[in-house]
Amino acid sequence: MQKIIYVFLLIFLSGICFESLVSSADEEFPVSPPPMTEGMFPCSNCHASMEVNRKQRELKEEHTQIKLHHAETMRWCLDCHDPKNRDKLRLFNGDLINFTQSYRLCGECHGPVFRDWRAGIHGKRTGYFMSPGKRTYYLCAHCHDPHEPKFRPIKPEPPPYRPTDGDHAK
Amino acid sequence: MEKLRDLFNETWHFYKRTLILVAKGSTLYYAWCFSLIAIMVTGFLFYLKQHEAGLIATNMNDQVSWGLYIANFTYLVGAAAAAVLLVIPSYVYHFKPIKEIVVLGELFAASAIVMAILFVIVDLGRIDRVWHMIPFIGSMNFPQSLLAWDVLALNGYLFLNLLIPIYLLVKFYYRKEPNWKFILPFILLSIPMAVAIHTVTAFLYNGLPARPFWNASILAPRFLASAFCSGPAIIIIIFQIIRKVSTSHIEDEALFKISELIAYAMFLNLFLLSAELFKEFYSQTVHIASFRYVFQGLHGHNQLVPWIWAAMTMNVLAFIIFLIPTTRKWLSTLNLGCIFVIIGVWIEKGPGFVIPGFVPDPLGEIFEYIPNLLELIVSFGIWATGLLIFTLLMKVAIPIETGKFTHTEYEKEVMALRPR
Amino acid sequence: METMQNKHYTRREFIRNLSLTTLAGLSLPLLSSCTKEEAEDFLQKHFHEMTEEEKKQVIEKLEQRYFQKYGRKFQISTKEAVPDTLWAYGLELSRCIGCRRCVYACVKENNSSRHHPQLHWIRVLRLKRGNLINLENSEHYYDPDLVPEKGFIYLPVQCQQCQNPPCVKVCPVHATWQEPDGIVVVDYNWCIGCRYCIAACPYKGRVFNWAEPNIPKEEVNPSVHYLGNRPRMKCAVDKCTFCIQRVRSGRYPACVEACPTGTRKFGNLLDPNSEIRYIIDRKRVFRLKEDFGTEPKFYYFFEA
Repeated sequence: MQKIIYVFLLIFLSGICFESLVSSADEEFPVSPPPMTEGMFPCSNCHASMEVNRKQRELKEEHTQIKLHHAETMRWCLDCHDPKNRDKLRLFNGDLINFTQSYRLCGECHGPVFRDWRAGIHGKRTGYFMSPGKRTYYLCAHCHDPHEPKFRPIKPEPPPYRPTDGDHAK
Repeated sequence: MEKLRDLFNETWHFYKRTLILVAKGSTLYYAWCFSLIAIMVTGFLFYLKQHEAGLIATNMNDQVSWGLYIANFTYLVGAAAAAVLLVIPSYVYHFKPIKEIVVLGELFAASAIVMAILFVIVDLGRIDRVWHMIPFIGSMNFPQSLLAWDVLALNGYLFLNLLIPIYLLVKFYYRKEPNWKFILPFILLSIPMAVAIHTVTAFLYNGLPARPFWNASILAPRFLASAFCSGPAIIIIIFQIIRKVSTSHIEDEALFKISELIAYAMFLNLFLLSAELFKEFYSQTVHIASFRYVFQGLHGHNQLVPWIWAAMTMNVLAFIIFLIPTTRKWLSTLNLGCIFVIIGVWIEKGPGFVIPGFVPDPLGEIFEYIPNLLELIVSFGIWATGLLIFTLLMKVAIPIETGKFTHTEYEKEVMALRPR
Repeated sequence: METMQNKHYTRREFIRNLSLTTLAGLSLPLLSSCTKEEAEDFLQKHFHEMTEEEKKQVIEKLEQRYFQKYGRKFQISTKEAVPDTLWAYGLELSRCIGCRRCVYACVKENNSSRHHPQLHWIRVLRLKRGNLINLENSEHYYDPDLVPEKGFIYLPVQCQQCQNPPCVKVCPVHATWQEPDGIVVVDYNWCIGCRYCIAACPYKGRVFNWAEPNIPKEEVNPSVHYLGNRPRMKCAVDKCTFCIQRVRSGRYPACVEACPTGTRKFGNLLDPNSEIRYIIDRKRVFRLKEDFGTEPKFYYFFEA
């Protein structure tokens, strides 16, 4: 009897170890809150009482300002947002994650960038990079609009004065 | 005590007499000196403006950070080095015609060095921090910085070129034979020193890989070759003027010998230049950019092109004039050749050397630099200073050399005043 | 005999008086055009030669001066290098869009002169695709409506804090040197303004204060480092210092923080877990003009 209990304990413990090894993306990154539009979250305020319509279509009544421009020929809204629980996002394997861990969803397709981001070399760096402060991480969504991620061109700052620009120059 | 008082009286008398020598002269002399002083004062006033506003008052900027001042500095160090072409014939080969004028040549070198040092000083941003460069008192970066070497070399050469002529002149004044055991080592030292100052100036530019136009091994030989053209050419012209306005006796032989040396130096200069041009225009690497800018124009910028071609023409013509003995020995063509050399080498070594080093700049930008009025006037002011210093030195040195200004006069006066 | 002696006397006096007045007349305008600050700083020692007490006095003097000039209380640090650090920079060229936000963030953080003269420590070059590191074909003054423009790549250049700096080698007065953490700094009060270092730099990393700097009072940044971003004076050389006032306290430089596309990376080469070491180990990094042997610490890399 004792032997069986030990074997079970062993399997249980190794299972836990194995799980922690596999799900390395479970570690928390110190990110700021996700950039939700004002008043949108929690989504379940509206969606808990609504019927789930899984038909792929263009939304006409709500969320009309969102133009999906992110592999839209291959996916639509409910491939990332969980249909049953709109407060969560949906990974490939069916796992549900919070919006504060949305990087895991992005990382499923954008593997190399996700690897870089985890190491701290992708994306904006601000604040402290070593003691006395801590590194700050930004969520993907802080810079890239998840529905239309490509950066828009922006107006550049003015060029330096040319040396021939008289008094202003040099 | 008695001896000390006598020495003091003698020195004071000497000083007094030199002041009188300097203050008395012909109308031409006064006109010359006063115009030089006028240019000096104007230059100084403009320099004050630069000192107050900062170097933004010039046309230099981050792209071309050295301009007319450093161009003139380079040229004048070369001109100063040329005194060695007088020292070698007179003290090593005892060539008599040059031996008579070598002291005057050394004083010319000293004036040229003073001008060069003045050009560096006006180019400095913070003249109040010049003391930082003095060894031990400041913090001179010796031996890593070539500018530190240059400061030491220039001041050492200036010291030599003041010590030697003044020592010899004082001995002439006292009608005594110079102690050759004492002065000859200094004289012989001034020969490698002359080569050294210009080599160090060349190395200043040479050691910068950031400027491929300057980072060529041929730079130091080219500098020396062009220095030995320009300096003696100035000396030939100056000595003819001296011969005319004073009682100094300078033989034509001396001038012809110097001009022969210029011929060889100019050949070397032209040869080394063609070697550089071949290397750049045949290999056609990216580094050809500065050469293209000077000789052909780069991306539409061709300000320096007419200047450099004028300089090349003048140099070649001068070479031909100096090569052919007839034209070399005929004073009018000789003088024409000298003027060609002076201007041609000034363009080639001054603006035609310093400015293309900055075009294009390390990030590929092209800025065409022209000196503005302030820089021109300050430069003229410094040239006037050097010429005035040289004139005053000549005004004292020539009477001593020709035997007009000697100690015997003082002795006569003292004897006359002593109670019988 | 007496009259002759008298004549000599008056002539001698005249010449002496004339020469003295000329000398005084010449030096007075030169002396009077020196500012009060120049007179105060005249005998200041080199930063390395100052004792702690002297450094404190200099800091106090500067604090007073800056307060008078800008109306703000400055914090002037002389913090030394953090041990075991060697700062390096990474720049992901595939992401630079040439917006120049870094240039102006640097200007603001580092109290650079805004105009007359305009001093930019960072210079963004626009290069045509296909003709990459031939800097002769770069455009510095691009000014389109929107960036990035199609067919072009943008290359920001600043002081590379070389490990083998040519500028340090040529300075005649030791006014610039390399700190133990790799940053090449300038003692602005020691620099004589000869601009030899500007001629020696292959990256145009150094700029010169051609006149007294103009910083608008309301934009001045009062937390400064003595060797870094304290307001400079006319005719001294300055350059990027990797925001020495920030990195020695562990904060990112201003340009890193300003970049909107996350192009810029920063870290400690001696820390194997730093971002910059990760980049060097995994990305295809290169440095500008490596054949000059300057060992710059600015690693450029491309992703796409």
